[in-house]
Amino acid sequence: MTARRVLMVTESERLGAAAVASARSDGRLRRALDSDLIYSFCRSPVTVIAAVGTVLMIGSALLCPWIAPHNPFDLASLNILDATDPPAWVKGGSWSYPLGTDEQGRDMLSAILYGMRLSIAVGFAAVALAATFGVSLGLIAGFAGGWIDTLIMRIADVLLSFPAILVALLVDGVARSVLPRDQQDAIAIYVVVLAISVLPTVQFARTVRGSTLVERNREYVQAARIIGVHPALIAVRHILPNVLGPVLVIATINLALAIINEATLSFLGLGLPPTQPSLGTLIRVGQNYLFSGEWWMVLFPSATLAGLALAVNLLGDWLRDALNPKLR
Amino acid sequence: MSGPLLAVEHLRIEFPTRRGILTAVDDLSFQIAEGEVLGVVGESGAGKSLTGAAIIGLLEPPGRIAGGQILFAGRRIDNLGREEMRRLRGKQIGAIFQDPLTSLNPLYTVGRQITETIEVHLGLDAAAARRRALDLMAEVGIPAPEQRIDHYPHQFSGGMRQRVVIALALAANPRLIIADEPTTALDVSIQAQIIALLKRLCREHRTAVMLVTHDMGVIAETADRVAVMYAGRLAELGPVRAVVKQPRHPYTVGLMGAIPAIGGPRHRLAQIDGAMPRLGTIPSGCAFHTRCPSAFEHCLRERPDLLPAGASAAACWLYAEGRA
Amino acid sequence: MSGPMTESAAVAEPFLRVSGLARYFDVSPPLLNRLLERRERLWLRAVDGVEFSIRSGETFALVGESGCGKSTVARLIVGLYKPTRGRIEVDGVDLAMVRGRAAEKPLRRRVQMIFQDPYASLNPRWRVRDIIAEPIRTHRLRAGETQVRARVDELLEQVKLAPADGGKYPHEFSGGQRQRISIARALATEPEFLVCDEPTSALDVSVQAQILNLMKELQRRLGLTLLFISHNLAVVSYMADRVGVMYLGRLVEVADVATLFTAPGHPYTRMLLDTIPDLSMSGHARQPVGGEVPNPIEPPPGCAFHPRCPFADARCRSERPEPHLQGSTLVACHGIEERRLPEALRPAPIRAIPEE
Repeated sequence: MTARRVLMVTESERLGAAAVASARSDGRLRRALDSDLIYSFCRSPVTVIAAVGTVLMIGSALLCPWIAPHNPFDLASLNILDATDPPAWVKGGSWSYPLGTDEQGRDMLSAILYGMRLSIAVGFAAVALAATFGVSLGLIAGFAGGWIDTLIMRIADVLLSFPAILVALLVDGVARSVLPRDQQDAIAIYVVVLAISVLPTVQFARTVRGSTLVERNREYVQAARIIGVHPALIAVRHILPNVLGPVLVIATINLALAIINEATLSFLGLGLPPTQPSLGTLIRVGQNYLFSGEWWMVLFPSATLAGLALAVNLLGDWLRDALNPKLR
Repeated sequence: MSGPLLAVEHLRIEFPTRRGILTAVDDLSFQIAEGEVLGVVGESGAGKSLTGAAIIGLLEPPGRIAGGQILFAGRRIDNLGREEMRRLRGKQIGAIFQDPLTSLNPLYTVGRQITETIEVHLGLDAAAARRRALDLMAEVGIPAPEQRIDHYPHQFSGGMRQRVVIALALAANPRLIIADEPTTALDVSIQAQIIALLKRLCREHRTAVMLVTHDMGVIAETADRVAVMYAGRLAELGPVRAVVKQPRHPYTVGLMGAIPAIGGPRHRLAQIDGAMPRLGTIPSGCAFHTRCPSAFEHCLRERPDLLPAGASAAACWLYAEGRA
Repeated sequence: MSGPMTESAAVAEPFLRVSGLARYFDVSPPLLNRLLERRERLWLRAVDGVEFSIRSGETFALVGESGCGKSTVARLIVGLYKPTRGRIEVDGVDLAMVRGRAAEKPLRRRVQMIFQDPYASLNPRWRVRDIIAEPIRTHRLRAGETQVRARVDELLEQVKLAPADGGKYPHEFSGGQRQRISIARALATEPEFLVCDEPTSALDVSVQAQILNLMKELQRRLGLTLLFISHNLAVVSYMADRVGVMYLGRLVEVADVATLFTAPGHPYTRMLLDTIPDLSMSGHARQPVGGEVPNPIEPPPGCAFHPRCPFADARCRSERPEPHLQGSTLVACHGIEERRLPEALRPAPIRAIPEE
């Protein structure tokens, strides 16, 4: 019953700003570039660096067939005599292998680029899968309520009580025991994606469910019900757009986690097979050579992994703060 | 004491944003005498809450006082340091806000919150502070204060909570209370009780009140003088009877006409077309001229000062020398 | 159940008839707590037996303070809640008989609602024209996008907004403008009956006047029947033809607007009228009544108002009063039935509206 006395300062300010903006007859691009989001982005040097770094890494990973100096999977191009060569600036190295080579003569730089591509691909796929299922489940749970909600949430609770790696190991282990040996390598990547996506799915589901519960009682949803709109349409057209806000932030943060989880699995020998080495595999192999002096084989993949995860994380942090209306 | 208790002179409050500086309150001046109740009325966006916040030193950044001064008992208070302002607040100037739910700390008992204020500002010991707190609670009409003093805020109803807030505000015997929409969140029957309580207490303690509200009815019941604000400026200032029964400024006239009157005509309410201008789009000259039925060319050019108009004063060129 | 409380039958059948309406909410502690702590089930009696009818074309106001159940009645009528008990008849059709989405559709066209909160009643991610077009599309009232667009523009103009406003988002509008958009959306199905839940409570006084004027004009032009919920008696005196006063889930008085404001019957109505600020500054003495609205989970026995009523006696404390006809007014009060109460004639305050 109480009237809403919004803190008039921010409301007036925003309305004033909107009034000013719409008074100028602008195209949508101009308005998008002018928005608060882009503004806060440009003001934070850390974010800009992180974004640039992420773009560079993803870009080079995608373009690696063209920019990698060698193809580390082409067995014919490998020269066993070049094995365990140090990086270019160390005595014994050469610029044809800028970051050195591994124990089979593969160029580290190329291996890292291909490995990064694989890591990013797996990470993206896992997060995309998790988001699709998680958002759907959360929306259904929040909107339908009742026993459906309880069922989904209890399953989610059980899954959340396991560490992510454990769940991934479980899925991976089950897959290995079920599938015939010769097929394991071929579909290993799908198994890995599935394994990593389980826990983020739950996270998406819980967040979306929470937001759905809030939005479900809002007057605009009640208005749609009174109009006679079908409940499924209400869920998808009205509620879904309003609960997607946090999803983007969670997705970005989970991307970094997924990449690290995949690396962990590969490091443990359970992820991708050695014929498709990801950064984790490279670290695992390189680790064996650390104490015999070939430090570059573990350092560069590790640094790349850390850098990638950090950059994606920083981007996610900025996104969360930028999209949070209370902090604006 | 001679001179007004509170004097606001040419106050300007600004908000620097990336799109420029927005002036929320622009050259505002008024005074409150000892023991007087000044009603500050205006619609949302008029700047009245900001004025109250600025006086008590609770203006949220990036908002800042960009001009003018605020004098309390002859002493400048808008430029005080945090520690001095903190001592002033509570002891000399009390505050009552709109939402009693968020004005009280939910984690402490009501008694603890009142006695804390008393101990800090009046320097009494714990036992004496508790006795005074009980007296205060009885004064504001809370039944069975000996039991309720150890209750938590959530155990009180909305009206009771607001009484506790009033008790808190009066605890250290301040000379001025800033009340920002104290009854808006309450039911109408409770509103009437709280208004009556506030009036009685302030008369008994000789406390001045700056009552900020959008509700003209509350003003008519409670205030001695009223200041009508529009777009960050003062539109009219005068004794409440004069302003309510014979408003001078066209905005006040429109405002009073827009309030439905019981027994009044039912085919149409007098309405002011348009809406209050947003910050950053305030018209030149008189801020009201775009909506004013009596505007003429001087109104577009120059911003009017507060001019005497009958028993009150209105910032309107209609009341300049030589006009009706 | 009928009885001595049926109103004098109007010439035409009422458009809306509500009888014995009740809605209880289960606010019991969770099952585990109830078992372990041996706690009872708790019911919140939001609406506890309400009876009234509305004629076609009239404006009926429901007035009361928070917790009296008026908003719940509104939501029961538009079908957002199902009644625990009682009947709702819209144009002779018993709502309980209407089952299934297909059967509901025609009813949804005829009854629409306007909400209190202008910020939450419009989907922030939709453009205004889509918000207004949704009812048109749902009920397939126009064929083809061009026709839908044309109708949306027509509706926008009806509420004194510009067709160009259709392309904007809700956050670009002020509270008053958003309420206009809500009204346009409600009118999109060409309804006969509008339920207005405190439509101006969140708006400033001058904006409120604009919206109330607009609503009156639209009602006149389109022949609408209005159920107007409010806690503001001044607004009700301006908008309503008949008024129902609610207290703790019950209707305590139903009268036409002139009678209610000049000769209020029920002690609660008298108390409410006393809380209206006196803008004529006549110095008329007001009696603020003490006490607060009791907890609706544990209403007082007998008459819900007796703890605050200056005229309560033993019968009031034990026996719940049923509404009875007193002249043309329906009142639920033992004291009035027994003619114990003094007449409360009030001079209609005359307020000089200054000439412009």
